[in-house]
Amino acid sequence: MSLLEERLHRGGPVSPHLQVYNMFALTSFLSILHRIFGAALFVGTLLFVYWIVSAAAGPQAYDAAMNFLGSWFGYLLIFGWSFALFYHMCNGVRHMLWDTGRLLSLKEIYQSGYIMVACALSLTVIAWVVGLSV
Amino acid sequence: MAKMQSSLRSAIALGSAKDGVHHWWMERISAIALIPLTLWFVIGVIGVAGADYATFSAWLAKPWNAGLLICFIGAAFLHGKMGMEVIIEDYVEPRSVQMMVKVFVNLMAFSLGIISVVSVLIVAVRG
Ligand code: HEM
Ligand code: HEM
Repeated sequence: MSLLEERLHRGGPVSPHLQVYNMFALTSFLSILHRIFGAALFVGTLLFVYWIVSAAAGPQAYDAAMNFLGSWFGYLLIFGWSFALFYHMCNGVRHMLWDTGRLLSLKEIYQSGYIMVACALSLTVIAWVVGLSV
Repeated sequence: MAKMQSSLRSAIALGSAKDGVHHWWMERISAIALIPLTLWFVIGVIGVAGADYATFSAWLAKPWNAGLLICFIGAAFLHGKMGMEVIIEDYVEPRSVQMMVKVFVNLMAFSLGIISVVSVLIVAVRG
């Protein structure tokens, strides 16, 4: 018996699968992004590992890594990773407020969704404007 | 941490019969730790972005920087590993394959985490 059948059989909880949702409603779209960005961040740690391991390997390796990370492609990866991180962090706060029973009305879910996206975008822009100017 | 679930609840299979509640808590504790750590990390990394090796190693040789970077690495890999387990449990069938994917993610998280921490120490100590 598959896990799904087993759960249906004993009447236990069944994880909602993607097909169940209207993917284009703001709420479910923001929600699935949290999961996609979480997984992307996990894969993205490879970039971080590459950077820190190169530094440990010595100045030449560090310079080579800098050349790659400083290329347009490197910047694209880092930019994507930074936005995913800020989004996931802000939405993570929203998730944990829900866990404590707050912000659960439909109106509040929409409002906090807009605020969260605005915070994630602002943090990304601020980080890059500051980063590129120092 | 104590399991916040009675044995009866596990026995009659309401909710997870394994360690779901503990897992849930650890994922959230690591998430809370990651908020200040991420803000520190972003500020720190912007400060040394594009720096040459000497500047970067001098930055990492400061105990606070090395220490907080190690905390960030530990929290991120623990939290990421736990999050990935939840995702895998939701989508990967049958259970035998699910186990293998989970083992893979665990090995990835542990080895990459340890490699990162060792690298931080090498740079911090060698300069
Ligand atoms: C949220 C996280 C991050 C933000 C906001 C961020 C921001 C920036 C910014 C603004 C720059 C341009 C700096 C300048 O040219 O003066 C930059 C460059 C760079 N970043 Fe990041 N970064 C982040 C994460 C990372 C990570 C995780 C790594 C390592 C894998 C990394 C490695 C680099 C490198 C090597 C450069 C410089 C390349 C060069 O100038 O040659 N960054 N970053
Ligand atoms: C920056 C601070 C962070 C916060 C506040 C945060 C918060 C959270 C929260 C609250 C959840 C649970 C969501 C739920 O209830 O379904 C979660 C899930 C997850 N997080 Fe994070 N997180 C952070 C950073 C990271 C990082 C750095 C990674 C990757 C290494 C990551 C990977 C994941 C994954 C893979 C999940 C599972 C997603 C899911 O089940 O849909 N998170 N995060």
